[in-house]
Amino acid sequence: MLDIYIMGKRYQVPEGLTIQAAMEYCGYRLIRGCGCRAAFCGACGTVYNFKNDPTLRYALACQKLVEQDMYLTQIPFFPAAKPSYDLEKMEPTGEQILKIYPELLTCFGCNNCTKSCPQDLEVMWYMSDALRGDIKEVAIKSFDCIMCGLCAARCPQGLVPYNIALLCRRLYGRYVTPRSKHLDDRIAEIEEGKFDAEIKELQNMSLEELRQRFDKRKILKE
Amino acid sequence: MPYPSYMEESIRKVEATRERRLKEELPRIPVGERMPVLKAFHPDFIKACMRELLVGPNKGERTPNELADLLEGNSRIDPDKIDPELNSGVDYDVDVLVIGAGGAGASAALIAQETGADVLLVTKLRLGDANTVGFQGGTQAADRPDDSPALHYLDTMGGARFTNDPKLVEALVKDAPSVIKWLESLGVIWDKKPDGSMAEVALAGECVPRCHCCRDYTGLEVMRVLRDEVKSRDINYVEFAPAIELIMDEKGQVAGAVLVNLETNEPLLVRAKAVVTATGGIGRLHIQGFPTTNHYGATADGLVLAYRVGCPIVDLDTMQYHPTCAAYPLAILGLLVTEKTRGLGAQVLNIDGEQFAHPLEPRDVLAACIIRECKERGKGIATPTGQVGVWLDSPRIDMIHGEGTVAQNLPAMVRQFGRFNIDITKEPMLIYPALHYQNGGIKFSPDGSTPIPGLFACGEVEGGVHGKNRLGGNSTLDLFVFGRRAGRTAAKYAKGVKPGKLTLDHVRQWQRELKEAGLAEVRPISPKLLPDYARQPYDYLADYVTERLQPGQIKVA
Repeated sequence: MLDIYIMGKRYQVPEGLTIQAAMEYCGYRLIRGCGCRAAFCGACGTVYNFKNDPTLRYALACQKLVEQDMYLTQIPFFPAAKPSYDLEKMEPTGEQILKIYPELLTCFGCNNCTKSCPQDLEVMWYMSDALRGDIKEVAIKSFDCIMCGLCAARCPQGLVPYNIALLCRRLYGRYVTPRSKHLDDRIAEIEEGKFDAEIKELQNMSLEELRQRFDKRKILKE
Repeated sequence: MPYPSYMEESIRKVEATRERRLKEELPRIPVGERMPVLKAFHPDFIKACMRELLVGPNKGERTPNELADLLEGNSRIDPDKIDPELNSGVDYDVDVLVIGAGGAGASAALIAQETGADVLLVTKLRLGDANTVGFQGGTQAADRPDDSPALHYLDTMGGARFTNDPKLVEALVKDAPSVIKWLESLGVIWDKKPDGSMAEVALAGECVPRCHCCRDYTGLEVMRVLRDEVKSRDINYVEFAPAIELIMDEKGQVAGAVLVNLETNEPLLVRAKAVVTATGGIGRLHIQGFPTTNHYGATADGLVLAYRVGCPIVDLDTMQYHPTCAAYPLAILGLLVTEKTRGLGAQVLNIDGEQFAHPLEPRDVLAACIIRECKERGKGIATPTGQVGVWLDSPRIDMIHGEGTVAQNLPAMVRQFGRFNIDITKEPMLIYPALHYQNGGIKFSPDGSTPIPGLFACGEVEGGVHGKNRLGGNSTLDLFVFGRRAGRTAAKYAKGVKPGKLTLDHVRQWQRELKEAGLAEVRPISPKLLPDYARQPYDYLADYVTERLQPGQIKVA
């Protein structure tokens, strides 16, 4: 058994539990701070340190295993700016980002955001890319962001890096990536009814005919 | 060495056979010959784990015990205490109420608003906390020049052994390319080739690669964009407020819902001209004790609500067990390992490093083959906790497509196993089937309407699209296709409907039926809302404490 401290109170839990499972083992019924339990949703971003080591560490409670003398808490919610905007009326430029998030200019590069990221993203570097208007770089560097909010919680300037990155990615996906011609062509063909007869034919087949058609279909790999 | 040292011998065998397996391809089982392995090994065919429903629209049909308990469950509310409020002053009065804010609910809310409706979006946890956010593999759409919606139709039907509703499948495959386009117009960054054309991956059971991905964070990418759009358009949403009962009107139309503030227990009454249920799936019921890939809130709430207003459910007897979910380490037991891993070339191997099934069999067949390999043939690998598993040979991907492919295409998997010191670019993953998806659901039509006027459904909560086995990449497509359709149909319906006086008589009627069937005393309260993971092994309370603190609480058998 391990000794852990939840909000300062000591508990004993078996080894091998995640922070989330350890809290449940101690009797906590989670409402906030618990989501997909698989490191995708960002609901359980948390901080911890140790009884005799005050250095703050960052993790997802659904992934991090408890260790002896860990001090644990929950950060179920952190206030963050999220302005409304209409993507259709925007341009993929640095000026656009600054118009929505003018406070971006106040970033002084302390790097707390990067240190707090449980996905190990280069948050401060994508913030400086955003400042320079390099939307593509922001999109690439921030792509694996699960929006847990720890970067915003630790920013001394009150910036919300994850929302700034989201705006950049949306502009990149909407305006910068080249269009897929075969997708547009297919949508037009469907609207013209090009496949209706063939689908109708499949719907009118007997089960046996349909089964044969299925088993004989050619399978492409590439 | 992150795996226990006794597994090393088996891993060496996997490495030793890798060169030979580069060219080795096992035959697929023809659709007509799948039943024997399914009947012998798929969990759906274990009869003792299901029972006949004794009340409600599906009376006499079989469903897993865990779901049957909830469908036959008792309401939380006393209609006599809420009725007076219903027609004097509700908390929200809207055109369209959308219950559930995952991919389907968010899509429905956006389109309903575009169609001119005043929309309220409510959700049990946070906006976007849903199974959607965890889907990795991607979304199907037959957009390649050598593909066609007809082939997508054929694959989808065949994958389910032709048990799907053909009209629903037609809607699914024909809307698919425009769904991909719609999401891109909202800013989703799809994986593309340098010229801009979509880079599709082949998933199990499809004859042309047609799965669209955003690395292996597809659901995350789509959900964060939809969530941002809901917020940007100022659509009214309420978090931590699950629906605990639908409200009807005297004409028999669904006309709102009773919500509860999950933190304060305050009830919230919503009057709505149309209600879209998009509450998702069922994994956290842990059917047959299986671990699950599902979100914390996946407790079948929408099925319970719809069932109580008389809406039938289809294909109640089938669940999807995703064949490849983490079996080791224990901390991530049940973690989804995307089918894209197999689509890119990872094979499934036994303790000897040998293949025993084609990696791209449909999910039900591959899950049954893995269970057979472990349970009947004893060729699985046991973990220290007794959980058994087989290998998924991810390093083979880089051998086929070049070094760096795994890192580029499966960053979530690399990161998640990496947290436990397992490098999946060099070592295989130990996997076993886990409860993944509710194949069936609320009976509904291609336009999103259900047999009950005023009630609409979309996403995992509805049924018929996937019959008795769903193909990978089709559920996420289902979210957006039927989310959009249900949102549009509900908004149009709301414009024309003449609501009557609100009532909760259906709840009174339901409790009477339960009592007559002798079930009221022995069934739990439902919907369940959250799983019971908090360990509470204490037994010290006086009986009167339970009675006084929870008046009307019914003893659970």
